Amino acid sequence: MTATAEPEVGKPRLRKEDARLITGQTRWTDNIQLTGMLHMAVLRSPVAHARIRNIDCSRATAMPGVALVLTGEDFAAEQGSLPCAWPITADMKSPPAPAMAVDQVNFAGEAVALVIADNAYRAADALAAIDVDYDELPVVLDLAEAVDDHDLVHPDLGTNKCATWVYDSAEAGSGTNVEDEIANAEVVLERTFRQQRLIPSFMEPRSVVVDPSADMFTIWSATQIPHILRWMLSATTDIAEHKIRVIAPDVGGGFGGKLQVTPEELLCLLAARRMGRPVKWTETRTESMMSAHHGRDQIQKITLAARRDGTVTGLKVELLADMGAYLRLVSPGIPILGAFMYNAIYKFAAYRFVCTNVFTNKVPTDAYRGAGRPEATFAIERMMDELAVELGMDPMKIREMNWIKHEEFPFTTVAGMTYDSGNYEAATARAMELFGYEELREEQERRRADGSAVQLGIGISTYTEMCGLAPSRVLGALRYAAGGWETASIRMLPTGKVEVITGTSPHGQGHETVWSQIVADRLGVPFEDVEVLHGDTASSHKGMDSYGSRSLSVGGTALVHAADKVLAKARKLAAHMMECDEADVEFASGSFSVRGTSTARTLGDVVLAAHVAHDLPEGMEPGMDADATFDPDNFSFPHGTHLCATEVDTETGMVKIRSYVAVDDVGTVVNPLIVDGQVHGGLAQGIAQALFEEAIHDETGTLTTATFADYLVPSAADLPSFITTRTSTPATTNPLGVKGVGEAGTIASTPAVVNSVLDAVRHLGVRDIEMPLSPERVWTALQGGSADASTPAAGGLGSIDSQGGQQ
Amino acid sequence: MIPAEFKYLCPSTVDEAVRMLAEEGEDAKIIAGGQSLVPVLRMRLAAPTALIDISGLTELTGVHDAGDSLLIGAMTTHYEVQRDHLIHDHALLLKLATDTVADPQVRHRGTFGGSLCHADPAGDLLAPALALDAVMIIAGPDGRREVPASEFFAGYFETAVAPGEILTDVRVPKYPGWGAHYEKLNRVAQAWSIVAVAAAVQVRGGTIAAARVGLTNVGAGPVRAVDVESALVGQPATAEAIAEAALRASAGDGYKDNLARVLTGRALTAAVAG
Repeated sequence: MTATAEPEVGKPRLRKEDARLITGQTRWTDNIQLTGMLHMAVLRSPVAHARIRNIDCSRATAMPGVALVLTGEDFAAEQGSLPCAWPITADMKSPPAPAMAVDQVNFAGEAVALVIADNAYRAADALAAIDVDYDELPVVLDLAEAVDDHDLVHPDLGTNKCATWVYDSAEAGSGTNVEDEIANAEVVLERTFRQQRLIPSFMEPRSVVVDPSADMFTIWSATQIPHILRWMLSATTDIAEHKIRVIAPDVGGGFGGKLQVTPEELLCLLAARRMGRPVKWTETRTESMMSAHHGRDQIQKITLAARRDGTVTGLKVELLADMGAYLRLVSPGIPILGAFMYNAIYKFAAYRFVCTNVFTNKVPTDAYRGAGRPEATFAIERMMDELAVELGMDPMKIREMNWIKHEEFPFTTVAGMTYDSGNYEAATARAMELFGYEELREEQERRRADGSAVQLGIGISTYTEMCGLAPSRVLGALRYAAGGWETASIRMLPTGKVEVITGTSPHGQGHETVWSQIVADRLGVPFEDVEVLHGDTASSHKGMDSYGSRSLSVGGTALVHAADKVLAKARKLAAHMMECDEADVEFASGSFSVRGTSTARTLGDVVLAAHVAHDLPEGMEPGMDADATFDPDNFSFPHGTHLCATEVDTETGMVKIRSYVAVDDVGTVVNPLIVDGQVHGGLAQGIAQALFEEAIHDETGTLTTATFADYLVPSAADLPSFITTRTSTPATTNPLGVKGVGEAGTIASTPAVVNSVLDAVRHLGVRDIEMPLSPERVWTALQGGSADASTPAAGGLGSIDSQGGQQ
Repeated sequence: MIPAEFKYLCPSTVDEAVRMLAEEGEDAKIIAGGQSLVPVLRMRLAAPTALIDISGLTELTGVHDAGDSLLIGAMTTHYEVQRDHLIHDHALLLKLATDTVADPQVRHRGTFGGSLCHADPAGDLLAPALALDAVMIIAGPDGRREVPASEFFAGYFETAVAPGEILTDVRVPKYPGWGAHYEKLNRVAQAWSIVAVAAAVQVRGGTIAAARVGLTNVGAGPVRAVDVESALVGQPATAEAIAEAALRASAGDGYKDNLARVLTGRALTAAVAG
C-alpha cells in the first residue's frame, strides 16, 4: 500500500542524521559531563597467563585526586560472571568470566585493577603506581596446539576444548551421508584455510557513563545492544532490571564489536554504585584493540567430493574456532552461524559440519561483521575455484552447474534452510557484463604468454548469506538464550507529526532516515514529519537491538505492522467522522475519503479527533498510537555475484585491485544511497581481511598490532572505485520484500580477492597464500617458500613496536 | 589524549628556546608538528617533563634561495615543501618523497625538520636528505654548528642533535635539471615504507653524469647506495645499465634485499625518464 504520490521507498534520500554526526553537534557518550562525575581508568595485565600473587594499591591510593583503587578481589562478591547467552551444547564448558581478574589472568589486556579519580589524567597517572606480582603460567596461543591440551588455559576445566557442535545431513534427514559420498567420489579435494584473527575497528572507542542518582542507574554506553545490556546487567548483578535505564546515544560504529556486555560496563556500574557519584570510562584505541572482543580466528579443514563432470556431491567441514580466554555474549555461536552457509548457493547431496571451540590465552572472540558467514563463504568459494582448477573447467561454469536455479525456489538446502527467493543467473549475468569477463581473460592470457612482471587474476564469489536474525523458534532450537523478534511503536501527535519508537539500535546505519521513509509512505505524511526515537530503554522499552543484518527485515516489518494498526483504527474513526460505512472509506496520500464523494478527512484531522476524544465511536480508546512486535518465520537470503580483477607484481608481491564489480540482490531497496554505502563499506572490510588486517601476537601473547600504525585498516586511497549495482528478487517472508545489506559486502569480497590473486600466480606454481595476502607473503610464495612467512615490521610506532603488521 | 603531566612552554625566538632547553634539563622535549611525538605521548611511551613548542618560531619556516643551495627552515611543513617552487626546481627528489608522506592531515601538521630529528628509519625524508648531501644547521648554547647528513643520522631514532640543541635549518645543494624519483612500497597509503628508494640522476648527452641513491628502512638509519651510484656514473642512460647497477643495492637478506634491488631499478628508471 503506497499512500503518497511519489513513493519514499526507493528514493536515494540523504541521511537526516548525517549533519549532526559529521559536525559533532550531537551526544557521543564521551561528550557527556555530569556534575560531580568521576573518571575510571583500568589497569590491564601485560602478561597473557599468570596467577596474581599480590596487588599493592597503596601508592596509587595516595596519589592526588584518586578517590578509590579497586582490584578484582574487592569486587569478587558482586561482579558475578559476564554472561554468555549461547551455550551451544548441553555439555559446553564455560569458565567463570569475572569482569576484573581475581586470582588469575588469562589474556594480556584483561582488567586487573581500576582507579577512580577526579579526572581522567589523574586516573591514568595512578595506574602506573599499582604494583602487581604475577606468577607466570605457560601460554596457550596456537589454536592447533591448544586442542592437544598440553598446557591448559583453565586447568579446572581439564581441557581447552569448549564444545563440539555437529550438523550432519544424514542425521538431519536433509541429505545423504558425506562419508559415503567421499568414498564414492571421482574427485576428492582436501584443503585447509586459516581465518586470521581480526579486530572490529569501530571508529568511536567504547565509552560508558553511569549515573547512580535518583534511585536509578542510568547508563550511557557506546553499545549496539542497549536492551540486551540492561537485561544482562541485571542478570549478572543484584541490581533489578527496572532500576536500570540504558541509553545508547549516537554510537560511532560497531561491526559486531559493540554487540557485547563488556567488563568495563559492569565495572563502571559497580564503581558508580560504590561511590554514589557518576563515573565515566572511555577507552584509548590501544586499550580497545587489546581488550574489546576480536573476530574470526578459525582453522578450516574442508573436504569436497565431486564427479569429474563438475557436480559436487558432498562437503565436509571440520573447524577449530578460537574462543580466546573466555566466552563472551555470543562467542560460542559465531562459528555455528556459518554452519548453515557452507553449502552456499549450491545443491550438494551430503553435508557434514563439525566445529570444535577452543580456549587460548588471547582476547575473547565474538561477533564481527558477517559472524560465521564470511568464513563459510570464503571456504566454499575457494573450494569451487580449487575444483575448477582440478578439473580444468571455467570457475564460473562450475558454479553454474551446481547452483540452485531460479525456478527451483523456494529451495530447502542440505543444511536445512529454506531459501525463499533468489536469482543467481540474473545477478551473475549482470556482473559478467559489467566486468568484461572475456576481455580480462584474454588480457590474462597475453600477460602469461609475455611473462609480464605484473600478472592479472580474476576472482569470483557467488555468495549468499542468512540475514534477519532471527525466528525465535530457530534460536531456541540452537539453544540461544533470547528471541529474535523486533518491536516498533508509532505515536501520532496531536499536530499530525509522528514519533516512531524502534527496538533496533542504529550505530551508523541510517535507521532514522529509512524508518522515516517507510512511515512516510505508509501513512502518507511528509518524510520530515517523522522523528525516530531509539536506543533508550526508557522510551523504547522493548527491543532486540541491531546486528546480523536484522534491523530492516525484522524491525522494519514491525514498523509496517504498527503503521497498519494506526491506519486500521484511523479508518474506523474516519468512517465515524464522515458518517459512512467503514467499507466505503478509501485512504490515499494521507487522506481518508468516502468512495465516490468529495467528502474527506486528512489523517491529521482524524488523529486530532482521536486525541481530543470528544466524539469517538462506542468503545474506541482515545489516541492513535500503535505497537507491533514481529517475529519472522524465516531468515532472509541476500545473494549476489562479485568479480574482482587484481594485478600482482611478481617482483614485489604487491597486489593491486584493478576492478571490482558487485551485483547484489538484497530484495527491495528502501534507500539506494544507504545500500550503496553499506556495500562500499562492507567491501572495504572484506578486502581488508584478504589483503591488510591481522591481529598478531608475539610468543608471550602480547598483541603487537595494538595501534592503527600496526593494524592496517585500509582507507579510500587503497581501494578501487567499486562498480556496484543490483538485481532485485524481493523476499517473500516480509511485507517490504527486503533481505538485509549490512554484511553482504564483507561476506562476499574476501574470497573474490583471494581467488583472483591465486588465479594470477597459479601458473607460477603457487597453490595457496595465507591471509592477509601481504606483499611479502605473495613474494615468498612466488619464490616457492612457505605461504605464511612473516618478519619483523617497520616504521614509526611500527618501529617502536617491532612486530606489528606493517610488513 | 591522556598523556602524563608536562610543563608547556612557548618560546618566541630560537635563542629563547635554547635557553628553555637548558633550564628544563634533559627530560624536556622540543615539539614541532607533533606528528611523531604526540602518539608517543598518548601511549605514555615517553613522559617528558616539559614540552617546548617551537611552532611559533616564524624564523624557522620557509624556503630561501641561498645561491648554490636552498635553506629550508626546520619548521617548514610537508605541505609547504610539496608546493614550494624552489624545491620543485632545485631539489625535486625532496618534493617527490614528501608527496608520499602519510596523509594530508599529517602533511599539514608535520614538519621537515621534525621528521629528520625523529629519525625513524622508515621515515621518508631521511634517505633523500642523505642522498642530496643536505647539511643540518643546529643551534645550541654555544651558537650554531653545521653537520652533514652523512654524520647527522646516528642510528635508530638517533641524530647528532645533542641535548640542549635545536635543528634550525637544512641546507640542500641545488640540483637543477636532475631527474628524480622516490619509489616506495608500503601496504596501505598511510603506512610506513617497507622499503623505499630515493634516486636523483643527472644525465648529459645520454650519459649518466652523476647519481644519488638513498634507501629508506633497510637499516638503523638511511643508507646511501654508493655502489649503485658509482656503477652508474659514466654509463649510458639505458635500461641495461640501470638494471646492472640496481643489482648492487642490498638490504641484508630475503624480501627486503629483493625489494632494495627491484625498487632501486624502478626509481632509477623513473628518475632518468623524468
